[in-house]
Amino acid sequence: MSQLAYIAPSSPEEAASALAASGARPLSGGTDLLVQLRAGRAKPDVIVDLKKVAGAIGIREAGGGFVIGASTSGAVLGEHAGLVRAWPGVVEGANLIGSTQVQGRASLAGNLCNASPAADGVPALIAARATCLIVGPNGRREAPVESIAVGPGKTSLAPGEFILEFRLPPRPARASDAYLRLIPRTEMDIAVAGCGVNLVLDAAGAVAEAHVAIGAVAPTALLVAEAGAALVGGKLDEASLDAMTAAVRAACRPISDKRGTADYRTRIAGVLARRAALIAFERAGGMR
Amino acid sequence: MSETLDKPALNIVGTRPIRPDGADKVTGRAAYGADHSMPGQLVGKILRSPHAHARIVSIDTSKARAVPGVKAIITASDFPDLASEVLEGGEQASNLRDLSLNVMARDKALYHGHAVAAVAAASSEAADEALARIKVTYEVLPHVLDVEPAMAADAPLLHAHLFTEGLEAKATAPSNIAKRHRNVRGDPEGAFAAAEVTVEGRYTTQAVHQGYIEPHATVAAWAEDGRCEVWSSSQGQFMVRTYCARILGIEISDIRVTPAEIGGGFGGKTTVYLEPVALALSRASGHPVKIVMSREDVFRATGPTSGSVMHVKLGASADGTITSAHVDLKFQAGAFPGSPVGAACMTALACYDIANFSIVGWDVVTNTPKVAAYRAPGAPIAAFAVESAMDELARKLGMDPIALREKNAVRNGTKAAYGPTFQNIGYLETLAAIRDSEHYKSPLGPNQGRGVAVGFWFNVGGESTAAVNIGEDGSAVVVTGNPDIGGSRASMAMMAAETLGVPVDRVRPIIGDTASIGYSMLTGGSRTTFATGMAVVQAAEKVILDLRQRTAKLWDVSLDHVVWRMGQAECTDPAKPDKKPMTLAALAAQSARTGGPISAQVSLNAQGAGPGFGVHLCDLEVDPETGHVTVVRYTAAQDVGKAIHPAYVEGQIQGGVAQGVGWALNEAYIFDRQGLMENPGFLDYRMPVASDLPMLDTIMVEVPNPAHPFGAKGVGEVPIVPPLAAVANALRGAIGVRIPHLPLSPPVVLEALDSKAE
Ligand SMILES: Cc1cc2nc3c(=O)[nH]c(=O)nc-3n(C[C@H](O)[C@H](O)[C@H](O)COP(=O)(O)OP(=O)(O)OC[C@H]3O[C@@H](n4cnc5c(N)ncnc54)[C@H](O)[C@@H]3O)c2cc1C
Repeated sequence: MSQLAYIAPSSPEEAASALAASGARPLSGGTDLLVQLRAGRAKPDVIVDLKKVAGAIGIREAGGGFVIGASTSGAVLGEHAGLVRAWPGVVEGANLIGSTQVQGRASLAGNLCNASPAADGVPALIAARATCLIVGPNGRREAPVESIAVGPGKTSLAPGEFILEFRLPPRPARASDAYLRLIPRTEMDIAVAGCGVNLVLDAAGAVAEAHVAIGAVAPTALLVAEAGAALVGGKLDEASLDAMTAAVRAACRPISDKRGTADYRTRIAGVLARRAALIAFERAGGMR
Repeated sequence: MSETLDKPALNIVGTRPIRPDGADKVTGRAAYGADHSMPGQLVGKILRSPHAHARIVSIDTSKARAVPGVKAIITASDFPDLASEVLEGGEQASNLRDLSLNVMARDKALYHGHAVAAVAAASSEAADEALARIKVTYEVLPHVLDVEPAMAADAPLLHAHLFTEGLEAKATAPSNIAKRHRNVRGDPEGAFAAAEVTVEGRYTTQAVHQGYIEPHATVAAWAEDGRCEVWSSSQGQFMVRTYCARILGIEISDIRVTPAEIGGGFGGKTTVYLEPVALALSRASGHPVKIVMSREDVFRATGPTSGSVMHVKLGASADGTITSAHVDLKFQAGAFPGSPVGAACMTALACYDIANFSIVGWDVVTNTPKVAAYRAPGAPIAAFAVESAMDELARKLGMDPIALREKNAVRNGTKAAYGPTFQNIGYLETLAAIRDSEHYKSPLGPNQGRGVAVGFWFNVGGESTAAVNIGEDGSAVVVTGNPDIGGSRASMAMMAAETLGVPVDRVRPIIGDTASIGYSMLTGGSRTTFATGMAVVQAAEKVILDLRQRTAKLWDVSLDHVVWRMGQAECTDPAKPDKKPMTLAALAAQSARTGGPISAQVSLNAQGAGPGFGVHLCDLEVDPETGHVTVVRYTAAQDVGKAIHPAYVEGQIQGGVAQGVGWALNEAYIFDRQGLMENPGFLDYRMPVASDLPMLDTIMVEVPNPAHPFGAKGVGEVPIVPPLAAVANALRGAIGVRIPHLPLSPPVVLEALDSKAE
């Protein structure tokens, strides 16, 4: 009969070597993994709890940007005033996960590595151009967030690899972001569609840089370069918003399932992108 | 219209003391179904059908029996093969054979999740392993899930022995239609021909689950001498005893059932699923056996209430007098007959005084879980159709929706569509409460709409027992046989305290097991505060009579000269001016000298339950780009007779509204093409969460029920009747088109907005 071991290493290297064993699974908040264990969908032999690993929890400023311990809970992210000021969209994506109770545990690493197409924490991270610091048996590497999930429930991480940190780039003065999702309820639900928008404005208040990422409308969250490009150079006039919305919808490759039809998801992704862009623009101090 | 009852002013009834079970519940001490354990108990688990409809060709348990730790494996062959027989006892009458076949499938699995075998093992892992090794050979059959396809002549047949009841001519071939109900008054066709205005519509609703937070759980022991103990979470320990005895073919005297604390039922715990299985496993293994359902099991194998297809036509004269109505209700019963379509037919037009009508109901079996009672079973479904049609009629007539309902309202003396003549009802007062509310007069914002709907429920009385035992210190224990699913312990204590004239914290209400208190019908039909409350008050009055008799002896006066006031005996004999009042505590202290312990028990069959009416007002706002609906304001008015504990009455009203809003907006079972349920969990079966709802305002209208000592009427079911239509009518107001199908989920609303734009 199956046995389940639990270890909580304190160094990244120990964690990586423990994770290299077959049947080992990393654990951050456990809000996905424990549910899957109970349902019999995950059957690990060893659970490697990363929360005691040095660097896995906490937020620090470095090189003008932020470094977020990958196992940090949503509640801690939400309480960090500096992070909220610089990256309100990243934080609101993370804070939409679950409920107050779930927020006490749920992490961005778990959200990303669970690899649900509908993960709420992921689109804003991608739009932020965040990267992951990955630790593995062969050392460390850095990779963009959008390269991690490769399909529902599948990641590009090699055996033994785990995410130790997320790195957010330095933030210019007039920049902000936003994340919106649609769920039939108001919380405790899975996104039918989600969209993160990250904008940097120039001195004249026009969009200098724009990144748009969408969730729940394809096997993984997608960075839609054409959508970002449609916003650059203007002040979110109707034509650019229409072009951005069209680009978002063109990028959608959703399935029809119990959570929404493909048509509905595609349409909503456009609506959310437009609304998120307007929020990010206003937060960045833009005037239309 | 309200009568004043000839009662002295009340000190406790109508106040809001802390509930006696509150501390246990908030500290986690309350013992629910899964919290009880017995020495040496095994883990029981149930193997469920992976098919919606399949013949069970064979079950091979040999490999499973070989798993270390496995102590027993049972199938339908371990239960008696029962004949068809109607059993009273649950919320609705049940057929004994169907009950037994739902507990364990015999020749056919009739829905995805139907129990086909069960194991008892020393550990959960061993039980799982054994389940995986039971080899069931199925012959998969075509299935049918929805009510209209199930009625088709070429539909897959669930039961070869099922012949439609209630037809003019006896049915000659079996079908999935178990029964036709029919109720006609006057000449509906003639009246339609003469009507100046008519509206007509087809309405559909989906099956929805009761969604109680506590999954079913039981632990049962079958001792060597044949005596059985059952501990379980249900709405009635006596119901569990009866059903277990009958399903297993044993005597009720051999079964003792202890009611666990119950974490919600809403009607869904008025039947048995696990208890007979746990008992059979215990008999086979020689150990106590505990079975706890997962949420998935709860969704796949218990509840829900019916999905429906309905047709309503109303005819009226230009002044708004409804002259004719036609209501056709087709209800999904699940795998066995017994949808609540009968009650739906009876309640459909209960709020209206209409001279001509025809109501037809169809009870139809489908390859879905057998429906169970759900709060006012059937009434919310029928009300969705009728109240939507009423809204259309008001629009067509250009009449205010409340004025239209007032014009056609039943009153005292009206012969109800379902038969009896109404007395002491507070329907007009309840309509007036909404009409005159600040809410009804308030303006709406952009993209908002407002809906009105009304609802009716009978409420019942029935058999109850209560005992009042006085302690040596003058405190009281009130024992009843009704599980407390809605705050009834508080009400029982309050009614006893009011009657005895003692503070409410001197009364401890408890719920006895089947061997410790006389029979009571289960907690359902909004009956407990009315019927069991009546027994409590009568038992307390019996105690008072005993106390007066004892005091009369002590004082050597006639019984007439001893009155009971404010918790003490007072002497009114002018010849004995020196007799000081004697408190309950003083009398209790010397009970040994005056005749022994002070205690009384009353068993009764309560008659005269007062029917209840609710009038609801819903404001909602639509996101025109996504179709997302937010309820922004809600007021529910209800005639409650007399609110014994007003906070719990308000809680009942709010709870009914919350469930009704969920039913209206998002809840639905999703099946794949094979008939397998795809959303057996709260993630994708979308009941409302707290943040989905605004504060739900309540208005309690008190038109007392003279049959109850304090005027109480049942309150727990009425509030789920109007919300489906109140929400749908508000949405009609907001978007300008009617969506006659539930749920009103965002994609559905967006599609309706599109259709309007075209
Ligand atoms: C009630 C409830 C509501 C929810 N609501 C939402 C919601 O609204 N939106 C949403 O997106 N999600 C929701 N979720 C899902 C879940 O909470 C989130 O995905 C959460 O972010 C997971 O984080 P975690 O730290 O708990 O992950 P865990 O459960 O610890 O891990 C999840 C997966 O990631 C792997 N993993 C964990 N940490 C690492 C790491 N550092 N490196 C590599 N792999 C790792 C684990 O092995 C596992 O496969 C909900 C869950 C529940 C129970």
